[in-house]
Parts: sequence; C-alpha cells; structure tokens
Amino acid sequence: MIVCVAHNIISPLGSNSAENYAAVKSGKSALRKYDGLWGLPEPFVASLLDRNAFTDKRYTIDEQIVIASISKALKQTDIDVKSSKVLFIISTTKGNVFLLDKNENVFPQERIRLGVMAREVTKHFGNPNEPIIVSNACISGVCAQIEAMRYLESGEYDYVVVCGVDVQSSFIVSGFQSFKALSPVECKPFDANRQGLNLGDAAATIIYTKKDKVNDNEWVACRGAIRNDANHISGPSRTGEGSFRALRIALGDLEPEKLAFINAHGTATPYNDEMESIAIERAGLAGVPVNSMKGYYGHTMGAAGVLETIISMQAVDDHNILGTRGFDTLGVTHPLVVSNQNRATEKRTFIKLLSGFGGCNAALLMAKGGLK
Amino acid sequence: MMKHSVIITPEHVLVDGNPLMHNEKGSASLTELYRNHIGDYPKFFKMDTLSKLGFIASELLLNAEGNRSFEPREDRAVILFNRHASLQADTAYQATIQDPDNFFPSPAAFVYTLPNIVTGEIAIRNKYFGETSFMVIDDFDEKIIIKNLENAFQDPITKSIIGGWVDCSDEEHFEAKMFLMEKEI
Repeated sequence: MIVCVAHNIISPLGSNSAENYAAVKSGKSALRKYDGLWGLPEPFVASLLDRNAFTDKRYTIDEQIVIASISKALKQTDIDVKSSKVLFIISTTKGNVFLLDKNENVFPQERIRLGVMAREVTKHFGNPNEPIIVSNACISGVCAQIEAMRYLESGEYDYVVVCGVDVQSSFIVSGFQSFKALSPVECKPFDANRQGLNLGDAAATIIYTKKDKVNDNEWVACRGAIRNDANHISGPSRTGEGSFRALRIALGDLEPEKLAFINAHGTATPYNDEMESIAIERAGLAGVPVNSMKGYYGHTMGAAGVLETIISMQAVDDHNILGTRGFDTLGVTHPLVVSNQNRATEKRTFIKLLSGFGGCNAALLMAKGGLK
Repeated sequence: MMKHSVIITPEHVLVDGNPLMHNEKGSASLTELYRNHIGDYPKFFKMDTLSKLGFIASELLLNAEGNRSFEPREDRAVILFNRHASLQADTAYQATIQDPDNFFPSPAAFVYTLPNIVTGEIAIRNKYFGETSFMVIDDFDEKIIIKNLENAFQDPITKSIIGGWVDCSDEEHFEAKMFLMEKEI
C-alpha cells in the first residue's frame, strides 16, 4: 500500500499543515482585493503570500517555498534525502514564469525552465536523482501523486517527495482576466451567483512510501486515474466525460456510502462547477457530500491537488466535513450535497477531484487505515 | 512494446526509421507536413508550435499504425515529456502584456501557455478519453521516459500509449521523438 508519511502546507493561512487546517476549520480565508498590484490595470481578488517575507537572494519565491515546505515535511521523518532511493516530483503549471518579464533580471534566464528550477531544489537537498516535473495544468497536484504511487509500486524508489507549487504573477492573473474567468469578489463555489475563480499562492508537500501493512491512523493513497474529455482545450465537457471516467476508476468497488466527501475542484467558474455536478451524478455519487477549498485559498494551480488532499486528510482525522466557504444557494443542475458549514462524519475515505485546461481530469481515492 | 516511432526536427522527418521527404525547413516544414499528410483538420493553424509538432507526430504515428477509425476509446493514453514546457507560447503571451501602454492580454495566446495542451489536442482529434499527461525533465533521457510510460500501464484500462518527447524553444527550434507503445501481455 502507498502510505503518506509526512506532509506540509505553506500558504497565506499558515506555514504548516496544522495551522492551515485550523484556519480553514475556523472559516478564515486569505482572499483580498488587490487594486493596481504589479501594474495590472484591473483589480483582482487573490490569496497571496507577503512577497517581502522572502529575502533569500539565491532562490526565487517559488523555489523558497518549495524548499521550506519539503524541509518541514522531511523533518517529520528520518528519511536520508541524499539517497538514490528517494525521488522528487514537483507539480507546477508556471514555475518561475515571472522571469519572462523584461524588468526581472535578478535571476539567470535559464531558471525559467521547470527542470532547472527543480534541480535547484534537489541540489539544495543533495538528492542525486533527476527530478520529474508534472505540468498537467490544474490537475498537476493529483497527477504528481499518481506518478508517485506508480514509482513506488514499481519498486524503483523507497520514498517519493511530491511538492506542488505556484506563485501568482502578472502573467497568470492577466491571462485569467483575459479569459474573463476571474471573480470580482471572493469566489462562491457551486453557488447560484458564482462569477468565477480567484487565484492563490501556495506550496504543499506529501511524502509517500510503500508498506505491506498499515495501522488504522495511516493514510493510504488507494487508486487514482487521469482521463481526458476529448472535447475542448479550454472548456469543460458538457457530459463531464473525463471527470466521470476518472471518478469511476477512483471509486472502483467501494460503496459510495463509505465516502466522507468528495473534495471537488469547485473553482466557482460557471462551467467547471456545472461539469463536476454532471460527472458526480453520472458516477452515482450525488448523495455524497461535496466541498471545495477555493473560498479559503483561491485556486493554487500546481499546488491545489496536494494542498487540498492534505486539508482533506486532516478533516477526516478531525471527523469533519469542511464547509464550502462562499457557498450559499446551490447553482448547479444536479442536486449536489454542498454546505457552507462544517459537519461531523465518522467515515474514513474521500475522493480528491480536479479538472483543467487541455480537457484533463483526475481523481484520487484516499483511505485512512486503507480499504478494509 | 514499441510499435511505431516518429522523429521530427527542423531538418528531418523519420517514420519508423525511414526518411519522409519534404522541401521546407523549420516551421514551414510543419505546415508542409500538415498539407501533405493530414490536410483535413484546420484547427491545426490555430495551434502553437508545440501543439503543431506533437499533433503532426501523432498523426504520422497513427497513419503508420493504419486502420484509423476515430471511434471513441479510453484504452489509449497520451503521455509526453519535454525540456522547455510551453516557452514559445509563454514568450508570445508575455509580448501581449510587456508594455503597459500597449497592454492587450490575448486569451487565444494564453490558452497555449500550458504544455499539456498538446496532449489535449491529440485526445480531441482522436476521441481518446484515456489518460493524458505532460511532464518536464531538463534533458532528454530515454530511460526516464520509458520507465515512466511502463509505469503508466498500471492504470487498469490503458493498453497503449502515444508517448515520448516533444520540445520547442521557439518557432524554428523543435524536436519530436514520439512513439506508439503497447502493453506487454
């Protein structure tokens, strides 16, 4: 079984997983309105780290939060990170893309390449392996975990360090603005009045290993799948095709009643949330509680799949189904079970669901103590 | 098991090791390949260079496989690697926002600033509902790529993969080394 041995989240809501979970549980959000930031002509709402807090001139902010997040996760273990049996997988959509700006000249241009950025990280830790970077749009964080599971199953490595990261910049914000995808207010996942998404900064790390036996408190990554809509490069499928197919495989023969919740992508764009409602209904999971983390963190892109998996594991540990911040009145076609309040649960499994540009979708089944 | 392979550079095209003749070099060679070997998919002209390159390589692979049906299927994955992610598209998009006095961010350019879009283009063309994935490593390394694709057969449905390397740093510098791989039974 593929088991989580350590995790960490660095976000505007905290610099470890426990701080982040406590903030989310109490309903905190780092979403703020920014007007004139980075010279952007339109205001936007986002969850941003304080840029002034990153003073290490050797590394970009992305690299600094990746290194900090992995360091904090590693400290919970006795892993020899310099061993060739440890693999690093970085999940990111845009990495150091801000370096394309002609006014940015502190770092060498080659650092814009994701592989060079990732090598800075492995070099920092003295890990000898070539790092793999998963750059599969907004589903990267779940894909990176599925890759980790496969590498461990094949026996090539003893530990895989998965770290998801993205840091917002004028490049990303203006792009989503040009798409008319950003909400002018704090986002409202699955709500009738949702107007789009907010973006966010974060890095999040999970370290996985393979074990023959697990105890009741250990988290097992059971199975995951990645599926394409084969429909459109920037619009979700009207039949939720890829998301439905990924969900079906992640669920497998598990009875839906065993799921505490589905932690959906829930970006709060009109099309994404509607598509997810169709996919969840098609997969026979309309009765399972659904929540979204985007009202707390915004869309943290390459970090989202890792960060939201960690928050969801902690919620199950705490016998809690987290409320969907920003949600008020259901505004999707299929009757999903969504609430803005925390609710109690004694169930021990959940599914993390994501979808992204390029028509890609991913689902991952996590079970505390493994599937019995 | 490797079934077919395609190599495309600005100078050469090889299908299963045999040179495919063409007159143009560089980016014009991609358009020539499209006109000579595909021709019925005008969406091609909207694509960024990375997507054009991956799309043409996939078409040449699938023509080599033969019996194309375009029936929807879930058992074929598209898993590609490269070095420069979406750098050509990123640079093109950055040019639309670089100058504050001429700030017109282009959604058509922005959508290609993700390297996995090429895997989506191939899935859409062929109605593949299977896995699509994109990964970056800083140097081409066949061992890493083959190992990763072999791992991908752990998926319960995947039986074949369009996989390999598809890289482009700008419109005139690109390299595809893609292949069609089938699960060992």
